Amino acid sequence: MAAAVDAERVARQQRLEHTRRDVLSRTVVLVILSLGAIAMLFPLVWMVSSSLKPLAQINLFPPKWIPTEQVKVEVKGKVYPLYKVELDGETRQLLMVNKVQRTGVFADPSDISQTIEVDVRQAEPVEQVRFRWENYVEAMTTVPFYRYAVNTMFVIFGSMAGMLISTVLVAYGFSRFRAPGLDILFLILLSTTMLPNQVRLIPTYILFSKLGWIDTLRPLIIPSFFAGAYDVFLLRQYFMTIPLEMDDAAKIDGCGVMGILFRILLPLAKPAIATLAIFHFMWAYNDFYDPLIYLQRQRNFTIALGLQSFNAFRSARPDLLMAASLVTVLPCILLFFFAQRIFIQGIVVTGVKG
Amino acid sequence: MNLKPLTSRLPPATRESLWAYVLVSPWVIGFFIWTAGPMLASFFLSFTEYNVVSPLVWLGTANYRGIFTVDPLFWQSLKVTFTYAIMSLPAGLVVGLAVALLLNLNVPGLSIWRAIYYLPSVIAGVAVAVLWQYVLNPRFGVLNWALSLVGIKGPGWLADPNWALSSLAIMSLWGAGGGMILYLAALQSVPTALYDAAKIDGANAWHRLRHVTLPMISPVIFFNLVMGTIGTFQYFTNAFVMTQGGPVNATLFYNLYLYNNAFRYFRMGYASALAWILFVIILFFTLLIFRSSSVWVYYEGQLRRRR
Repeated sequence: MAAAVDAERVARQQRLEHTRRDVLSRTVVLVILSLGAIAMLFPLVWMVSSSLKPLAQINLFPPKWIPTEQVKVEVKGKVYPLYKVELDGETRQLLMVNKVQRTGVFADPSDISQTIEVDVRQAEPVEQVRFRWENYVEAMTTVPFYRYAVNTMFVIFGSMAGMLISTVLVAYGFSRFRAPGLDILFLILLSTTMLPNQVRLIPTYILFSKLGWIDTLRPLIIPSFFAGAYDVFLLRQYFMTIPLEMDDAAKIDGCGVMGILFRILLPLAKPAIATLAIFHFMWAYNDFYDPLIYLQRQRNFTIALGLQSFNAFRSARPDLLMAASLVTVLPCILLFFFAQRIFIQGIVVTGVKG
Repeated sequence: MNLKPLTSRLPPATRESLWAYVLVSPWVIGFFIWTAGPMLASFFLSFTEYNVVSPLVWLGTANYRGIFTVDPLFWQSLKVTFTYAIMSLPAGLVVGLAVALLLNLNVPGLSIWRAIYYLPSVIAGVAVAVLWQYVLNPRFGVLNWALSLVGIKGPGWLADPNWALSSLAIMSLWGAGGGMILYLAALQSVPTALYDAAKIDGANAWHRLRHVTLPMISPVIFFNLVMGTIGTFQYFTNAFVMTQGGPVNATLFYNLYLYNNAFRYFRMGYASALAWILFVIILFFTLLIFRSSSVWVYYEGQLRRRR
């Protein structure tokens, strides 16, 4: 009897021990994850904070995370800065009405005719939190950002249209038809996915320059109309998972070749198409190399190229640069949050990292 | 349109073939214009001197001989690229896998953690390079500030030739979330029965990781390594925006050196030769990794055969 009670007690203790260890290890895991998450978000937080600061507060060490500004008070049509001044052991908030070398002339906000002269080293500015949203306006207007955005959208959606049309047709051809030599063509297609872009870069550039397409958006759009190997491969794999019986049923109902594609395959392949479109958007939006070699005049720049030239020529204004960078990454972040599921599935399916 | 009556007279098999060729023609035409043609052309160009404006001069193998014998920057760029790969790929693998393993422990709020860790990978390109220039600032950067909190005086990062490449490798860890997503998906597809069986056999957590988890997700690790190796040879934007290859060529990546030759000095022949050498290197490494994969990559189908 006593032995049974004992055994039960031991078992209960063990269980307790187990849950205690469980709770402990879970806490450790959460602490590690939180530290990692902080490290991940740190640069972004700094970016947001810097974009809202006055220039003078950016290069401070230790960094000032919340931007501030000295409080100013208007008295009789004139604006004076507010200071904390140590006077006879008591701290008073006074306005600085004048300054003669190291000596500040201070006065009480209620009556500025009565002045006190104090060494400025004894006065400390009164600061209040203020976000400089106007940094964004300035960043968007000192460079033709609007122009960049229009160019970028033109490139993205032009090339996306070309990519989608050609990819759908080619993937359809490779997934639903038999023809002599088609398998060999598909093998060639697969092997080109491993090809480094550099081996075709230079003749392509020369071709575009002979066509007079340098400094136009055409080199960034036209090649997309010829179906990229990787996109075709992905969509073909997706088409292959749609049962052939669907096609047959449609055929019996009188659908032609194009009818099957538009009425059966495309509606069913919506998730795959969405993945292709989103990854194309991200790729085209962030593409830097092609705009760099093909575009020359500022009015033709894409956002990525515009940001780099901003960085190269306006390095004296990190506040504006951070505002511009933040505006630049915003579409990607928004897209990520609205289409998170497609993103995560897309990476898993394609193996392509952001 | 008389096309339909004309084609409908053809036998069905021929009609099917015709449709196939028409449908895949965008890619076939593209293949000749954007791949086969340029590849042949760049191979030809690699034996010439050409700056787009002046007439082309045939050089024979002079470009290749020059690259291998008298061009110190070629060797420097290879060294930089490989060193970076050796630093960043294993580090990215460890960090990505570690986070994935932690997230796979049924932590609360999985999707939030996953989003936070993946978020930096979403924002790519120039903006990230610009941001990290400031993060890595030796005097005011937040990285050195964070280090100073724990009493470490941070190095000069990008300004220091000994640290510049490491800086870029550390920065690449910020994008480890992309690998993390892949590993997490792989981990979630490992059957729990395997873990249960291992537990019954007395395997502790480390054994389960070493003998169940890692073998089961090795194809994904393998895939990521192949893509990472190839990706290092395409590394460009960060080097171009942040360091321009400096200081003293400490971050002269292969692709940046190629760019400099082609579009800064307009040595199209020389750059083509560099491109073909790159092609051979990538081919070599891809084959090497594929060959060696049988040693350490476990594919489920192989189980029976191995025993």
